[in-house]
Amino acid sequence: MHNRDGFVDITDVVCPITFVKAKIAMEEMESGKILEVKMNDGEPIQNVPRSFKDEGHKVIQVVKNEDGTYSVFIEKDGL
Amino acid sequence: MRQVQKDCFSMRIRSVGGQIGAEQLKKVYEIAQDYGQGYVHLTSRQGIEIPFIKLEDVETVKSELAKAGLEPGACGPRVRTVTACQGSAICPSGLIDTSALAKELDARYFAKDLPHKFKLAVTGCGNNCLKAEENDLGIKGGMQPVWDKSTCSLCGLCEVICPGKAIIVSKGDKGDKRDGNLVFTQEKCTNCGKCVKSCPVGAWQGKAGFLIYFGGTFGNQIAVGKQILPIIFSQEKLFSVIDATIAFFAKYARPGERFRSTVERVGWELLEKELLEKELLEKELAETVLPEMELAEQK
Repeated sequence: MHNRDGFVDITDVVCPITFVKAKIAMEEMESGKILEVKMNDGEPIQNVPRSFKDEGHKVIQVVKNEDGTYSVFIEKDGL
Repeated sequence: MRQVQKDCFSMRIRSVGGQIGAEQLKKVYEIAQDYGQGYVHLTSRQGIEIPFIKLEDVETVKSELAKAGLEPGACGPRVRTVTACQGSAICPSGLIDTSALAKELDARYFAKDLPHKFKLAVTGCGNNCLKAEENDLGIKGGMQPVWDKSTCSLCGLCEVICPGKAIIVSKGDKGDKRDGNLVFTQEKCTNCGKCVKSCPVGAWQGKAGFLIYFGGTFGNQIAVGKQILPIIFSQEKLFSVIDATIAFFAKYARPGERFRSTVERVGWELLEKELLEKELLEKELAETVLPEMELAEQK
């Protein structure tokens, strides 16, 4: 698993709060740092990484967890 | 549409892709206030109907509509309202410009007389908000993805978002991405374009095109439209396929028979054959006519 500087779990919220919660966590990070976002399969994995792309942050790695969730490692302002 | 109330009509307005100008909407409001009962009905095909228009007012209402560039919609055995989502011009998921295409389809085919109703729809991507497969002919935006190894970071995002499971990313034995690879299986690809939209490094590039579905119905009979051709990239070719489909329907359908029933009766193979023949003919025409045109231009 990738090194991380911050972590947020968005498996406890649903759209549209998923991205809002992840975005707020990203705002607290410094540029170049890595945020790990734990999210559910389905709509969150389809949409949240793409929304981060649109905001200029770079997905570094995607890891599938044993419980069926995903951990997505995103570099702030990486694009 | 004739209402159950005597001499009352629910006035259907021609619409394209579910869009109407603000000024036009104002006119609809005025007509509903002055000639209807002060409300409108939004139809299942993105149109507007103004209920309770009296028979004696129908002509006046038509001329009022015309002042705002509006006209009555189609019912009966002909090409109906062309529906569309907002497409790539507005929607982040859109792969094709659905609104522009819907306008073109409306201009070419709206209200064309046929043996039965014929419904056209345009949806911008695989999310299918406008239900391409429910229509006699439905168009869905698609994308043919191409992977560039040199820019890929092997992050694995495309693998987890691919609905067809067409992509497998391997990190290599020691987890070192430089040893890794990506395997793409074309046959499993649904042309949804999600890999292209999501890729953080632009390693997936794609060419947008049209997926066409034939013979959907969602009324008394339920049948899902079938995709019998591969993705089409040129709009001209798309129109040639639609022309051939409509010609096929007009040629083979019994009066009052829905397109799906016609195809089921005469055979899907025949439809496929005629579409491909048309395509071949177009190719021949292009080959024979184009050099002559060039010559003419040179003169």
